[in-house]
Amino acid sequence: MYNFDSGEKLIDICMKHNKKIWEVMILREVENTEKSYNEIFDQMEDNLDTMMNAVEKGLNDEIKSISGLVGGDAKKLKERYDNAKGLSGKTTLKAVAGAMAVLEVNASMGQIVAAPTAGSSGVLPGVLHAIKEDFQVEKNRLVEGLFTASAIGLIIAKNATVSGADGGCQAETGSAAAMASAAIVELEGGSPKESLHAAAMTIKNILGLVCDPIAGLVESPCVKRNAIGATNALISADMALARIESIIPFDEVVEAMYKVGKLLSPSLKETALGGLAATPTGIRIAKEIFGK
Amino acid sequence: MNTYSSFQIIGPKMIGPSSSHTAGAARLGKIVSKLIKGEIKSVKFLLHGSFAKTYKGHGTDRALMAGLLGMKEDDENLRHSLEIAESKGIKYEFIETDLKEVHPNTVKFIVTQENDELVELMGSSIGGGNVKVIEINGMKLEFVGQYPTLITRHLDSPGVVARITKILSEHNINIAFMSVYRQDKGRDALMVIESDDKLEQELVGAIKDSTNNIKEVYIIDSL
Repeated sequence: MYNFDSGEKLIDICMKHNKKIWEVMILREVENTEKSYNEIFDQMEDNLDTMMNAVEKGLNDEIKSISGLVGGDAKKLKERYDNAKGLSGKTTLKAVAGAMAVLEVNASMGQIVAAPTAGSSGVLPGVLHAIKEDFQVEKNRLVEGLFTASAIGLIIAKNATVSGADGGCQAETGSAAAMASAAIVELEGGSPKESLHAAAMTIKNILGLVCDPIAGLVESPCVKRNAIGATNALISADMALARIESIIPFDEVVEAMYKVGKLLSPSLKETALGGLAATPTGIRIAKEIFGK
Repeated sequence: MNTYSSFQIIGPKMIGPSSSHTAGAARLGKIVSKLIKGEIKSVKFLLHGSFAKTYKGHGTDRALMAGLLGMKEDDENLRHSLEIAESKGIKYEFIETDLKEVHPNTVKFIVTQENDELVELMGSSIGGGNVKVIEINGMKLEFVGQYPTLITRHLDSPGVVARITKILSEHNINIAFMSVYRQDKGRDALMVIESDDKLEQELVGAIKDSTNNIKEVYIIDSL
């Protein structure tokens, strides 16, 4: 009753039952697993707790990745928004710092929640953490936001891919940002349609983004790609809440993203053979790490 | 078509940095841990493809060992697994090799148990923390660990499969998928049953006691 495989069908279900996206997602999970509503809600709450702990850890602790390449940048940005008037505004900087914090924790073998992948695990917690603090959103509502986000990720996973090796970074941090964007639109009172417009615009903004990690590690440029994912989510959400619509519908954007991913050379899909990984500096760093 | 749970999109909860190179590796190790009786004397990890090339940077080595020690992919101690193994006196070796026509993220575990018997398992980490076991003790098979899984090592003889499924039906357990594998007629065979229902440890005794032809019964919880 609540299963769907496209944005269009999701909207139909929301309209037919007069439900928000997050409600449909929980009811769908009940339908498919026979678990209780509360059990499912609690499981997602546990994910939220892990995400928020990772944000706090990255913002406050001294972090160094396994290779030593990344760590400590989230903290630097926090110092800036705590002590200076940032150019991008405090909420944006908080979301960016939170996203970077989680990726730094991830790179140092800390605990995170894949959302939808480990390499893109910073965007959603970063954005939700900033919204929680600056818009006084209650915890239960943030859990609801995670369910909304999962609907977007699910449609992308079914019709395209969320893996950098398959579709490039557009499929990974692009999907994460689309998920976050749809979630905060719903949290701020937007309709399911507006959530999908936000998700569509988010992906359009980074269509074609390649996956070119230095030394093949989930470190650089992943931390900063999560940072830009967070800003992308916020901007697209604001556009959707201002009733700006995506000219290309969400489902078609997802299909375009998938096709662009297929057209990307394998050297730009997590193989560390192209892009930043193949620059002289990228190659030198890889040699230093694996020469150890 | 995969129906995807919300928790496959937001999840798993895991230790970073990579769902395929870290979480998947830990899950494969955990599956191997269920096949081991008693303590581990030593273990060799044969690493293939991307696992061989990048295992140090992704902590794949630590994740494989953590799983083997029984840790889940979200265990904060995962990163200390090699030190924990050393303190238990477990000898280990990571060997970069070519396992031929397999997924790029594939590992073969060769575990020597305290009774000197070997347990061998080959498996792949196929993305997003999902895994696939492709060989146990030299026998090709396939299961993905998404369901509670029962594995029997038995003598390839008439009636064994019927006995096992009868016991499952008496325990009201529904079989989702079932496969039987053997090398030679009348010799060792393996059966893999993936179930919709949780498999209790008491099943091991019940199945083993039902006939002399069943040598080992293993239960692996769903991931």
